[in-house]
Amino acid sequence: MATADIKVHTDAHHDDHEHDHEHHGNFWTNYIFCQDHKVIAKQFLITGMAWALIGGILSVIFRLQLGFPEASLEWLRPILGGWITPEGKIDSEFYLALVTMHGTIMVFFVLTAGLSGTFSNFLIPLQVGARDMASGFMNMLSYWFFFLSSAFMFTSLFISTGPAGGGWTVYPPLSALPQAIQGSGLGMTLWLISMALFIVSTLLGGINYITTIINMRTQGMSFTRMPLTIWAFFFTAVIGLLSFPVLFGAALLLIFDRSFGTSFFLSDIYIAGEALPHVGGSPILFQHLFWFLGHPEVYIVLLPALGITSEIIATNSRKPIFGYKAMVGSMLFIAILSFVVWAHHMFVTGMNPFLGSIFTLLTLIIAVPSAVKIFNYVTTLWQGNLRFTSGMLFSIGLVSFFLTGGITGLFLGNSAVDIQLHDTYFVVAHFHLVMGSASFFGMIAGIYHWFPKFFGRMMDERLGGIHFWLTFVGVYMVFFPMHYIGIAGFPRRYYSWTNFEAFSSFTDLNMLVSIAAIITLGAQFIFLFNFFYSIWRGRLAPPNPWGATTLEWTTPRHPQHGNWPGEIPAVYRWAYDYSKPGAKEDYIPQTIPYSETPESNLPHENELVKLEMGNSGAIVAGDKKH
Amino acid sequence: MSKVDDMKIVEEPRKPLAMNPKKFALWLFMATVVMLFASWTSAYIVRQAEGNWQFFELPGIFTFSTGIILISSITMQIGYFAAKSNSTGRLQLMLIITAVLGVIFLGAQVLGWGDLVSKSVYFVGNPSGSFVYVITGFHGLHIVSALIFLLIVMRSASRDRIHSGNLAQIEMCTTYWHFLGFLWVYLYIFLTINR
Repeated sequence: MATADIKVHTDAHHDDHEHDHEHHGNFWTNYIFCQDHKVIAKQFLITGMAWALIGGILSVIFRLQLGFPEASLEWLRPILGGWITPEGKIDSEFYLALVTMHGTIMVFFVLTAGLSGTFSNFLIPLQVGARDMASGFMNMLSYWFFFLSSAFMFTSLFISTGPAGGGWTVYPPLSALPQAIQGSGLGMTLWLISMALFIVSTLLGGINYITTIINMRTQGMSFTRMPLTIWAFFFTAVIGLLSFPVLFGAALLLIFDRSFGTSFFLSDIYIAGEALPHVGGSPILFQHLFWFLGHPEVYIVLLPALGITSEIIATNSRKPIFGYKAMVGSMLFIAILSFVVWAHHMFVTGMNPFLGSIFTLLTLIIAVPSAVKIFNYVTTLWQGNLRFTSGMLFSIGLVSFFLTGGITGLFLGNSAVDIQLHDTYFVVAHFHLVMGSASFFGMIAGIYHWFPKFFGRMMDERLGGIHFWLTFVGVYMVFFPMHYIGIAGFPRRYYSWTNFEAFSSFTDLNMLVSIAAIITLGAQFIFLFNFFYSIWRGRLAPPNPWGATTLEWTTPRHPQHGNWPGEIPAVYRWAYDYSKPGAKEDYIPQTIPYSETPESNLPHENELVKLEMGNSGAIVAGDKKH
Repeated sequence: MSKVDDMKIVEEPRKPLAMNPKKFALWLFMATVVMLFASWTSAYIVRQAEGNWQFFELPGIFTFSTGIILISSITMQIGYFAAKSNSTGRLQLMLIITAVLGVIFLGAQVLGWGDLVSKSVYFVGNPSGSFVYVITGFHGLHIVSALIFLLIVMRSASRDRIHSGNLAQIEMCTTYWHFLGFLWVYLYIFLTINR
């Protein structure tokens, strides 16, 4: 074979392209209005982390109220000012605003923008082998719309009437009538503006992700050779593209109701004995529209985390992912089902019981693909050469949460059982485990795993281990007791239960939850220290620290604009050739052709090589049997 | 290792399926527009089924505007064929006619609103009327965006940048224009049937 020729060929390319893709610009074009996907990913990451910190602190403030209802919170007055009542308690309307903001921030700003925005932007071009996103400009707009949206939401935290207080689901009429509570005034307006901008940002991002995955894959990167991360980001973007416009429609109608006097969601409301002019609206209609986004949103949050986990677990078990096609199929199935189960959030809205039974059935079917995924994670781990890196620990943590949280989904998805459990702490426990903590763990796992590619340095593994164990135990200490509290009938979003004698027996459990929440939040500062310290002082990362097969590890330590200095590498195999019998090393990167690994090829792969040899020197036509 | 990677040029991997990313992105954008109007039209049906629904006739001028937008689709397509056969003059003429028809369509929609007002169907009131305003209004907003796109295409055409070798832009504009035309036809039929 023409080994010598081609070496020359490669070297020549090295020289040609090195300078083409070097990116010179000033501070503004390099760091602020940058169109490079890696920089945009970092912008999303840092903004997402800032929001996560704010969201976490808000949750600890309302946990203080719930765990220690008698304690004086006078010491918070320097920060919260008038929101602390003269008796030293949190203002009850501000409590609602805290809960609303915690939900909105965590679901949208952290686990949608922070997770998808970071990892889709970073990994899609690097793992499919593209120089950048399909449209760098749209990608930049996507971040800056998100930033603008963040700015509106952040501003709403500081206005005198407080941020939106109608819950993250913003059900009318509470959210539609400014006179209902303080939080439904300017805070709600800012919430709606912020969400509208957020949706624009998500759609711009999603269009880019899908276009890049479909159209800009490198040679040989067929759909069945894509890493599962890419499949997950793809389904996430498709779900987002189809569901966010519906929320946009709902938000617009709500804006019309609030500011222009229409009656889409309002009807026959009396305030202080006087009838409002709104006639003919339907508040349930908003719930239908909201949950048509709201339920797919759960998977928008979860699927990227599952994709990241698949990749990390396979890499650190040194085994091919078990059931690659089953993983893709189950994600597809979850994506489809996510659009036909929204009404399980509305079982108690007076829905026709027959309709309820249909939604129950559809909801319970989601357990099938979810269980397939859990089994595949476990069977991938089974008898693997496990390496407990920080990323791996958090990935295994995700599998644990996905299981414990998923099982309670079977209870809640049942329309009969839901009558008891609806809007109790059982629901809070369920979704915080399966969607909140699981996705959060996926995000953290991804940061630990791809940190060497983000910043060219390694994070500290020992601090990562401490961070994991404190967070993992902490999360279970927070959310496991909530199941009992929920079954006992505690409703969520209540400021205080001290008026109900029946609930006083759970005071100590609530205190435990609050203490665990404070410890869990505290543990995140270990991570923050590790993160920022390692950016500048971490150990220098080797080119492929985890011995992974995917394309991003073939780039230089600090990939420039354009990612690969020479030609984009071609792909010859799937992403999971770990510990292949007979192979020299325990992984074979995707860029190694089968003809170079005769010792480990399977019979059908040897046939591919024969085909190549037969055409020696010629280019194999694309439509030859594959 | 990395040198060896590039060695197997003979093993030329299959080029993955791909199309022009910008065109593809346009199709995705149209999918989001479909979802937006699908959400409103389904909300319309759900709300209507709950009763307390004020009945009124759709403005007759909507039939006229439907005709206009269908004709504009034809002129847009003729313009595209003109670009394909490199007849720039005919292309520019057709683009202008299409844009004028687009403006007439918007004018007709506004007259339709005037007709609704004269029937005492206001934006504020029973949702049956508000829905018509919202749906036609946001469709009109999309037509405005298409008109801006059309202006951009006209500018390229006047600089001889559109010809059989460079069709991507006018193809996208044509696709979007047809899409909005068919979207209006759907909305018109929907609103006519669901009174």
